[in-house]
Amino acid sequence: MHLILFFLFAGFCLAGAINLLMQTHPINSALSLIVVMTSLAVLYLLLGAEFLAIAQIIVYSGAVMVLFTFVVMLLNAGREERTLGSHAATRVGFPAVVALFAVLATILIRAQGLGAARLGEGLSNAPGQSNLFLLSQVLFHDLLLPFEVTSVLILIAILGAVALAHVEGSKIPDSEGTASK
Amino acid sequence: MTSFIQNDVPLSWYLLLSAILFSLGVIGFLIKRNLITVFMSIELMLNAVNLSFVAFACQWHEVRGQIFVFFVMMVAAAEAAVGLAIIIAVFRARSTLAVDYIDLMKL
Amino acid sequence: MTILAFFLWSLLKVAVVTVVMLMGIAYTVLLERKLVGRIQNRWGPSRVGPFGLLQPLVDGAKSFLKEDLIPTAVYRPVYLLAPIISLGCALIAIAVVPFGAPAMGPRGFDLFEISNINIGLLVILGITSMGVYGIALAGWSSNNKYSLLGSLRSSAQLISYELALGLSLVGVVLRAGSLNLRTIVDQQATLGAATWNILGGGQIVAFFIYLMAAFAETNRSPFDLPEAESELTGGYHTEYSSMKFAMFFMAEYGNMINVGCVATLLFLGGWTSPLGDLMPPLQSTLINALLPIFWFVIKVFGFLCLYVWVRGTLPRFRYDQLMNFGWRFLLPLAILNIVGTSLWLAYR
Repeated sequence: MHLILFFLFAGFCLAGAINLLMQTHPINSALSLIVVMTSLAVLYLLLGAEFLAIAQIIVYSGAVMVLFTFVVMLLNAGREERTLGSHAATRVGFPAVVALFAVLATILIRAQGLGAARLGEGLSNAPGQSNLFLLSQVLFHDLLLPFEVTSVLILIAILGAVALAHVEGSKIPDSEGTASK
Repeated sequence: MTSFIQNDVPLSWYLLLSAILFSLGVIGFLIKRNLITVFMSIELMLNAVNLSFVAFACQWHEVRGQIFVFFVMMVAAAEAAVGLAIIIAVFRARSTLAVDYIDLMKL
Repeated sequence: MTILAFFLWSLLKVAVVTVVMLMGIAYTVLLERKLVGRIQNRWGPSRVGPFGLLQPLVDGAKSFLKEDLIPTAVYRPVYLLAPIISLGCALIAIAVVPFGAPAMGPRGFDLFEISNINIGLLVILGITSMGVYGIALAGWSSNNKYSLLGSLRSSAQLISYELALGLSLVGVVLRAGSLNLRTIVDQQATLGAATWNILGGGQIVAFFIYLMAAFAETNRSPFDLPEAESELTGGYHTEYSSMKFAMFFMAEYGNMINVGCVATLLFLGGWTSPLGDLMPPLQSTLINALLPIFWFVIKVFGFLCLYVWVRGTLPRFRYDQLMNFGWRFLLPLAILNIVGTSLWLAYR
């Protein structure tokens, strides 16, 4: 069961990622990235991280990728032209990727002591202690300050996004009257 | 439940999947010519790294791996908001999204 | 319980719930047409069957038999995918909704909920947030300016109101200390209506925010701007016909039912009776199994009637009013509600 689910969703992941590279239209790439992210959420579930799985769906598939498709639709981005790209990419980039992957794969295949993921096994097998409970313990007690700092970071990011996207003395008439300046 | 549900998957397979996804993300970053899809490739790399974090958390039964992913997600959300705002600003200034034409800062 | 029995039971539950959900959608449409008719001082559908009760069947047959038109300018793969995403998300969310007493089946099997998981509420929110794609992609792939405007409006509206919706639920989660829907219901079930979150729990403000955000999330009047007929002809489904239009239509009503279920579970005590433990438990197993479902359906039905009543009463908002209401009123109110609830929980 675990094996079947793993192969199914790992297959979805890889197919989505390769499709992301092959497609020339941004909206198709965005859709395949959504497939990748949602299948990753299922893999998180298999690894016993149910909160992260649903956070992945809410944050990535539900918010970040909606933003991406929104921007693609807004800018009406057409098909991209395939050009050769820079020389640095072809001469250094691709060999570097191959080398990196080769090194990672060798290390992972040779690595000793890596266990196996068992279905239905949480972080702690003590009764009454779900992953959610452990996560909130760490997040709201030990790491309270970093947690609050990230919320400030997000606030600053929102302000930055508004400041960047806002045009001074916009010449384009606001057809929908959305801007509340 | 029976053994049907209990066959395990070695963690190295998850890590291998993560490495493949990361490499695909880097390749996408190199071959894509559209600013938005280049950005999507970066998101793909972030996701690949998240998968390995979760796999390691599963290996050591340690909550810190998952906390790390949580923070990566938050930072990625902030990054996406700012990045897309930058893309919109670039599009306004140059009215193109092709990275070949956005080369003012090149030597 | 063996794995095979588990699969068969789950399959049975999924089949039954899907059929009931589809019937519920069909009859919600009829309920709306009848009720809006009475509000506007007319009869509503009354010709097919007694009291027009067979009208949904006829409507369904009509949608099936109509010509399935695909305009030449559309982007086909996405155009075909969009209604499926919409309806799929609407139907999947019901999977974590518990609608009856726990552990009634053989060997403690959960008969009245497809899957009881400890993050049920988040799953519903996640699936709802995926539903945006159906509308956004439909508008974009139709290659029609009205569709695109409708879908852009709709995406912006859904994203904005999702914040208020999620934050309004935090107060309830704080009180229950759990994201499991069964735990949330059990926590408010002790004294019946007096301990429901909307009354005894002091979450009436949260309920109000949830109500407003839910109207916006399901694209219902007074926030039905994505399909404002007078400005956008049909909004995101202008170019859709026949069964594909029917799928969007069903998705809208399915989302209404989902929202009603969540409101019932979080604020109105779920499947428990308004009398709570004051009423002595009955001896009959059959009644003990069916009475909770009766209460659940009654509450969801009441919520749907409220939906229709609001639609028959209020005019449509303007777009800037909608955004102002969401960001400047509902969102701060939801944050205040969270602060108030946590202070109350900390110092009571």
